[in-house]
Amino acid sequence: MSLETVATTSAAPVTAPRNAPPKMQGEKVCVFYGAKQALFDVDLKIEQFSVTSLIGPSGCGKSTFLRSLNRMNDTIDGCRVSGKITLDKDDIYDPSIDVVELRARVGMVFQKPNPFPKSIYENVAYGPRIHGIARNKTDMDEIVHSSLRRAGLWNEVKDRLNEPGTGLSGGQQQRLCIARAIATRPEVLLMDEPCSALDPIATAVIEELIDELRENFTIVIVTHSMQQAARVSQKTAFFHLGKLIEEGKTEDIFTNPRNKQTQDYITGRIG
Amino acid sequence: MTDAALPHSAVEADAPARRDFGLKRRHAAERRFRLYGIVAIFIGLGFLAILLVSIVSKGYTAFVQTAITVPVEFSADIIDKDNERATNPRVLVSANYPVVARNAVAKALGVSPDDKAAMREVAKFVSDGNRATLRQIVMEDPSVIGTTRDVTLLAAADIDSANKGQIDLAVPQDKRKVSDRQIAWLDQLKAEGAISTPFNWGLLTFGASSRPETSGLGVALAGSLYMMAIVLLCALPIGVAASIYLEEFAKKDRFTDFIEVNINNLAAVPSIVFGLLGLAVFINFFGLPRSAPIVGGLVLTLMTLPTIIIATRAALRSVPPSIRTAALGVGASKMQMVFDHVLPLATPGILTGTIIGLARALGETAPLLLIGMVAFVADAPTSPLSPATALPVQIYMWSNEAERAFVERTSGAIIVLLAFLAIMNIAAILLRRHFERRW
Ligand SMILES: Nc1ncnc2c1ncn2[C@@H]1O[C@H](COP(=O)(O)OP(=O)(O)OP(=O)(O)O)[C@@H](O)[C@H]1O
Ligand SMILES: [Mg+2]
Repeated sequence: MSLETVATTSAAPVTAPRNAPPKMQGEKVCVFYGAKQALFDVDLKIEQFSVTSLIGPSGCGKSTFLRSLNRMNDTIDGCRVSGKITLDKDDIYDPSIDVVELRARVGMVFQKPNPFPKSIYENVAYGPRIHGIARNKTDMDEIVHSSLRRAGLWNEVKDRLNEPGTGLSGGQQQRLCIARAIATRPEVLLMDEPCSALDPIATAVIEELIDELRENFTIVIVTHSMQQAARVSQKTAFFHLGKLIEEGKTEDIFTNPRNKQTQDYITGRIG
Repeated sequence: MTDAALPHSAVEADAPARRDFGLKRRHAAERRFRLYGIVAIFIGLGFLAILLVSIVSKGYTAFVQTAITVPVEFSADIIDKDNERATNPRVLVSANYPVVARNAVAKALGVSPDDKAAMREVAKFVSDGNRATLRQIVMEDPSVIGTTRDVTLLAAADIDSANKGQIDLAVPQDKRKVSDRQIAWLDQLKAEGAISTPFNWGLLTFGASSRPETSGLGVALAGSLYMMAIVLLCALPIGVAASIYLEEFAKKDRFTDFIEVNINNLAAVPSIVFGLLGLAVFINFFGLPRSAPIVGGLVLTLMTLPTIIIATRAALRSVPPSIRTAALGVGASKMQMVFDHVLPLATPGILTGTIIGLARALGETAPLLLIGMVAFVADAPTSPLSPATALPVQIYMWSNEAERAFVERTSGAIIVLLAFLAIMNIAAILLRRHFERRW
C-alpha cells in the first residue's frame, strides 16, 4: 500500500500556500441536533476565490456543515453549534453579528429547490430589493437578466418572467434558485448539491458558472459526484460519520488520498 | 439467473394461474364505503332541505306587506285645529294622524264617521303606524293641509294576515281577530284595486314596535353590523398578530405550550360565559353602557379570538418550511420572511377562519342577552354606544310573540340571518379562490 507512505510524506498543508488569509474558517466545529451530535470537531479553511467541495456518504454531515457557515442551522429547532467559524476573521456566531447581514454575504442554494411561489422575475429580484442593491427598475431588470443568464436559465424563461417560479421543472427551479442566490452578490456562495436534479447539459452550464464565479466569489459546494468535485473544485474535504476525515488539494485527494476511508469512498467502496 | 427464468416461463405457459390479490373484496369494500358516503350526504341534505323549506314557507310572506291606497284628506280641523302651525310647528309633530288615516279609509269604504261601532272596526283595519308616514308628508310640505291626496297606508297586521290568507274564516266570527265586516271591506277595496302587497321594506328598516306591521329588523341589523365591524377590527389584527408571534417568533417551550392549551380551552368555553365576563368587565368595571353594540362587539371579539388564532396558526403552519428557509437564505429578516412570503400564502386560510368566526359571532345570542341587548329599541343606533339589539336576539324576541304576523316575521328574520350567513360563507370561498389563484 502506497497509502501510508503518502500519508507520512505529505504532512504539510495540502492546499496551495496562499498569501491571502482564508475567507472562512471553521475551528472545532461541533453541531448537535438535540442530543444527537452530527458534526465532530471539524477544522476547515475555505480559501478566497476558490471552490471547495464537500464530499462524503449520505448523512455524514455535509449539509449540516454547510448550513453552519451561514447560520441556517439557527432556524432548526434544537440545533446547537459549538466551536468557532469566522468570516474574514469575524466570528459569525458572535452576538454582535447580524444574521441578516451574514446571509446577505454568505448566500445559499439548497439541496431541494425552493423557489418562492411568486413570479420568476420576483424570485430573482427579491434579494436585491430587500438589500437595496438595485437603484431603479432598469438596474433590477439588468440584475435579473444577468443572474438568469449566468444560471443558464434565461433562454428558457425570458418569455415568461411573470409566470410563477413554482411552475418550472425541478431542474429549472434549481437553476432559478441559483440565479436568486447570485443576484444578491454574496461574497461566499454555499451550494448544496446544486446539480442533483439537472441533466448533463444544465450541469455543464452550472459548472461553467461556478468556474466563472470563482473569480469574484468564494464557493463551497456539496456534491455526490466525484467527477464534478474533480472538475470544479480546487480543494476537497471528505466527511464521514460527522468527522472531517481528510481535506486537501482536489488533485491530491483524488489521485493520492492519505486516508484509507477516503480512498474507499472515492473508489466507490463505501457510500 | 437464466436458469431461474426458464422453469418460471415454462410454468406460465402450462397454467397461467393468476395470483389472488383479493381484488374482489377490496372493490366491494370501496363500493360499500362510497354508498355510505352518498347516504350520509343525502341524510344531511334532507335535514337541510326540511329546515329551509319550513322556514321559507313560514317566512316568505313577511317580505310583502298589505297596503291600502286611498285618497287622504289632510283636514286642517284634525291636524291643526287652532291654526297655530306658523307660530308653533310642534303641533304638526303631535297631531292626531291616526284619525286622518282612519277617516280616509272610512270614506273610501263609505262608512259614516258617526257610526261608532263601524269606526272601531275601521280603526282596527288600518294601522296606527301610518302616523309616521302622514307626519312626514305634512312636515315636508305643510301646504298639503286642507287638500286631499292619494297615500298608500299600511293595513293593520290582522288585515294583512287575512289578505295573505292566514286567517281561518271557518272559525266563528267572535273567535277570530278579523270580523266578517272587515273581510267584506277587504274584498271591496280589492275589487276597487286599492289593495296592494308591495315589498316590505319596513321589515329591514323599522325598529322595535308593539305593532307587527311597523316592527322590523332595522335596529337589529344596525346593531349586528356595528358588532361585526368591531369584531373584525379587534379580533383580526389581535388574532393574526398573536398567531404570528406564537408561530414564527416565540421559542417553543413550556410557556408557549401553556398558552396553546389555554387558547384551545378558550375556544371551547360556552358563549354564555363570555357574556357574564362582558357584563362583569366591560359594563360593571369599565362602565360601558348596557345594551350597546360596543359591549356586544367586544364580547364577541373575545369569543371569536380563539377561533381566529387557531385558524391562523394552522394556516401559518401549513406554509412549507422551505419557503421560510428560502427567504432567510437570501438574507431576509424574520419580519420580511413573515410579511413577504409566509403571510401571503397563509391569507386564504386566515380569511376563511376569520369569516367562519364572524359568522359564528353573527348568530350568537346567549352572551348578548346577558349584556342587555335584549331590549325594546325603536330608533336605529347612531353610534356603537347607543342601545341596539342584534339579529338573533330579535328572532328570539319575536318568537315569544303570539300574533300571527310576528310568527311570519320570526321566520322572515331567520331568512335574513341565513342570507347574511350564506353571503359571508360565499365571501369566504370567493376570497379563498381569489388569493389562491395568485399561486
Ligand atoms: N433537522 C435535523 N434534525 C435532526 N437531525 C438532523 C437534521 N438534519 C440532519 N440531521 C442529521 O444529521 C446528520 C447529518 O445530516 P446532513 O443532512 O448534514 O447529511 P448530508 O451529508 O448532507 O447527507 P446527504 O448527502 O444525504 O444530503 C444525519 O445523521 C441526519 O440524520
Ligand atoms: Mg445534504
